[in-house]
Amino acid sequence: MASKTININLKIWRQKNANSKGSMETYKLDNVSTDSSFLEMLDQLNEQLVNERKEPIAFDHDCREGICGMCSLYINGEAHGPDRAVTTCQLHMRKFKDGETIYVEPWRAKAFPVIKDLVVDRSAFDRIQQAGGFVSVNTSGRTMDANAIPIGKAEADKAFEAATCIGCGACVASCKNASAMLFVSAKVSQLALLPQGQVEAQQRVLNMVKQMDEEGFGNCTNTGACAVECPKEISLENIARMNREYLKAMVAAE
Amino acid sequence: MSILDSKIPEGHISKKWTDYKDHLRLVAPNNRPKIDIIVVGTGLAGASAAASLGEMGYNVKAFCFQDSPRRAHSIAAQGGINAAKNYQNDGDSVYRLFYDTIKGGDYRAREANVHRLAEVSGNIIDQCVAQGVPFAREYGGLLDNRSFGGTQVQRTFYAAGQTGQQLLLGAYSAISRQIGLGNVQMYNRHEMLDLVKVDGKARGIIARNLITGEIERHSAHAVILCTGGYGNVYFLSTNAMGSNVTAAWKAHKRGAYFANPCYVQIHPTCIPVHGTNQSKLTLMSESLRNSGRIWVPKKKEDAEAIRAGKLKPTQIAEEDRDYYLERRYPAFGNLVPRDVASRAAKERCDAGFGIEANDTMEGVYLDFSSEIRAKGKQAALVAGDHNPSEEKIMALGKAWVEEKYGNLFQMYEKITDENPYETPMKIYPAVHYTMGGVWVDYNLQSTIPGCFVAGEANFSDHGANRLGASALMQGLADGYFVLPYTVSDYLAGDIRTGKISTDSPEFEEAENNVRDLISKFLNNNGSKSVDHFHKRLGHIMWNKVGMGRNAQGLTEAISEIAALREEFYKEVYVPGDANELNPELEKALRVADFMELGQLMARDALQRNESCGGHFREEYQDAEGETLRDDENFNFVGAWEYKGMDINQSELHKEVLNYEYIKIAARNYK
Repeated sequence: MASKTININLKIWRQKNANSKGSMETYKLDNVSTDSSFLEMLDQLNEQLVNERKEPIAFDHDCREGICGMCSLYINGEAHGPDRAVTTCQLHMRKFKDGETIYVEPWRAKAFPVIKDLVVDRSAFDRIQQAGGFVSVNTSGRTMDANAIPIGKAEADKAFEAATCIGCGACVASCKNASAMLFVSAKVSQLALLPQGQVEAQQRVLNMVKQMDEEGFGNCTNTGACAVECPKEISLENIARMNREYLKAMVAAE
Repeated sequence: MSILDSKIPEGHISKKWTDYKDHLRLVAPNNRPKIDIIVVGTGLAGASAAASLGEMGYNVKAFCFQDSPRRAHSIAAQGGINAAKNYQNDGDSVYRLFYDTIKGGDYRAREANVHRLAEVSGNIIDQCVAQGVPFAREYGGLLDNRSFGGTQVQRTFYAAGQTGQQLLLGAYSAISRQIGLGNVQMYNRHEMLDLVKVDGKARGIIARNLITGEIERHSAHAVILCTGGYGNVYFLSTNAMGSNVTAAWKAHKRGAYFANPCYVQIHPTCIPVHGTNQSKLTLMSESLRNSGRIWVPKKKEDAEAIRAGKLKPTQIAEEDRDYYLERRYPAFGNLVPRDVASRAAKERCDAGFGIEANDTMEGVYLDFSSEIRAKGKQAALVAGDHNPSEEKIMALGKAWVEEKYGNLFQMYEKITDENPYETPMKIYPAVHYTMGGVWVDYNLQSTIPGCFVAGEANFSDHGANRLGASALMQGLADGYFVLPYTVSDYLAGDIRTGKISTDSPEFEEAENNVRDLISKFLNNNGSKSVDHFHKRLGHIMWNKVGMGRNAQGLTEAISEIAALREEFYKEVYVPGDANELNPELEKALRVADFMELGQLMARDALQRNESCGGHFREEYQDAEGETLRDDENFNFVGAWEYKGMDINQSELHKEVLNYEYIKIAARNYK
């Protein structure tokens, strides 16, 4: 791998805690390897801050391979930065130029309050799942054999594609209405496409949408920004499918 | 030195678990809500245990340090999960899975536990499908399988390269349902910092709320640790950044023996290290070895030219490539177990054939061109084209590879900026999984009554080397199908106990310890960051307690780590306050435990004068560089008892392994 280094300027959102007012602070960081990931660059900046006896920047991260969904960051006005189909931990510094100024902000949404610096509270997503994002099957060594119900490959693949959502919240952060439709519809779709999810499909979509609204997420106005910024390329088709499921369920409920 | 009682039930191995289960004590449904259970960690083992116990009606409190239970590191498992379903009619059975796992572990695992694991493996797949886990399927609608290392059957179920994600989201949906129903209380962004024992039994934990910094007391009738492995002791590993040993280590310090700490899995196919500012390594799934062939140049001058950037791998002629795994292990080829594949890569790189132009010249190729060509031809035939052009073959072949491994190829390209469809992947071994862990008996109970340990955090099923696609199997087996029975048996004695008070001297003492340590770090006024020390520890561990170990290096490591630990407490600087989100403080508390563990790992590796599985002592190898076990003297689990701050005082206890059903033999993949 060709190692090159660049020098960059950073404007980063700093906020002491949920109750305080935040602001953008400026940092300069030299000798950043272009092979470093964006978060390794932040590690390097934090090391520098600690050595200067300043408080490092808090940001969420864990697996560093694009699957846990813990990392976030609004970079130069885009969720997970300028690259496509990646999370921030998979964004590499080779996407930036020497001398560039990079703006880093937390997810901005009413339903995702800032906890500190770049860390936000996404527990609203958990509560939506708790409202219905499951098949009500208890642990049992006596469920039917896994091959008892054949599932067409096309359906199984579609369900899988919806299920690859990592729950990072980029869709909400990218949406001008802070809508969570892409996230919710991915789960609704996964289970609606599989025979195992059919039994509770109607109640599920009603409960999840109700919880979504209660959490303060906005409405969907079909701008499609969510799907563009989604690191897992979750399709807008899922939103259409959820709308159909929701309508069906509403009609059935009346 | 005492002999440990593993509580393996009597009877034939194929009947042990069934008979045992039939006679375990139960807790009636009306009594379960009176009993509290703490589950720490929400990966496959933790989420499945918490969900199952919640469904049964117990009061469950679950804890994770991440912002949601769905983010536990099980999510990153890529390739698959094993189960003895024999859907492929290729000779699989419970016995075969049992046998492969024991052999894969180099005859250092407990027979009865491994057999139970194989027995329940099929139920796991049934359970997951019922939950809506979208496994890969064939066109006929049935489940697809693939092969993993150390086996000659196809028993691995998968969901592209995201099997861990899909299984964890299944378990997460189960625990979410119980949270919604009020049976499980979830504590996100909480870290367990001590185990509390009352009258010799585990009765609670001290946890820190990572947002507010509040130190909380939580009591329960039983505590279940599902807190994963300790690979991050090496600083660089494929583990998540937050993965740590603290919960398990605190239990160890409270009396739980820690078993086989030196058994570490170095995974053969990871993306090589790029530089000193790297924080983490990335795995490329073992499933890729179904389709990729591993090689280095046959000629040293070719390897040198590649490293100098003067030659490309695609320019090396077929006859000048050394497919060293196929050469050395014709029977298993590229699908030998991980420890074998890693050592073979190290052997080639040490001999000067490495292809990566990094500081250590460590790297080998994983090449998909043969498979792309073969699958392209096959796809053309299926489409009725008997004379396809070269371009068509390659295009069809690439499409096939993309469907099987698309996300892995994309991941590789993002990290390295190279296109693996066109040029071979560069890979090298990296720390990935730890077979060692808290010692548990057949019930998954540690030496502290009421403290159970499951998943990677315990030592129980993989011996000295874990086979691919078996970690997911063990996590879910423990959580769904073992703990609900064995924990209930233990709790049957607690139906009259009533709520455990947190207002006791034991809780007071544990809380004060935690507060003292936090305040010590924050007031230390040293000059170096936590990462500075963690990197130095990792350096010692990788060089002296890594892929190849010897008595001299281990002896040095023991004293170097002890000295580093002293320097750490004197010189570390931890900024910020106790009462806020403070990631540097979290790291300091974790690294403090890694320092102690690292020293114990070196001691364990030093006492084990043999090579087995992932533990390779350079003094003990045969003429061909294969591991030389010493069954006469080392056929035991080494379980360490904590004896105070000086790790050199920790005392070794032995659980002798009895092989009644599998004939112990030299491992042979040739």
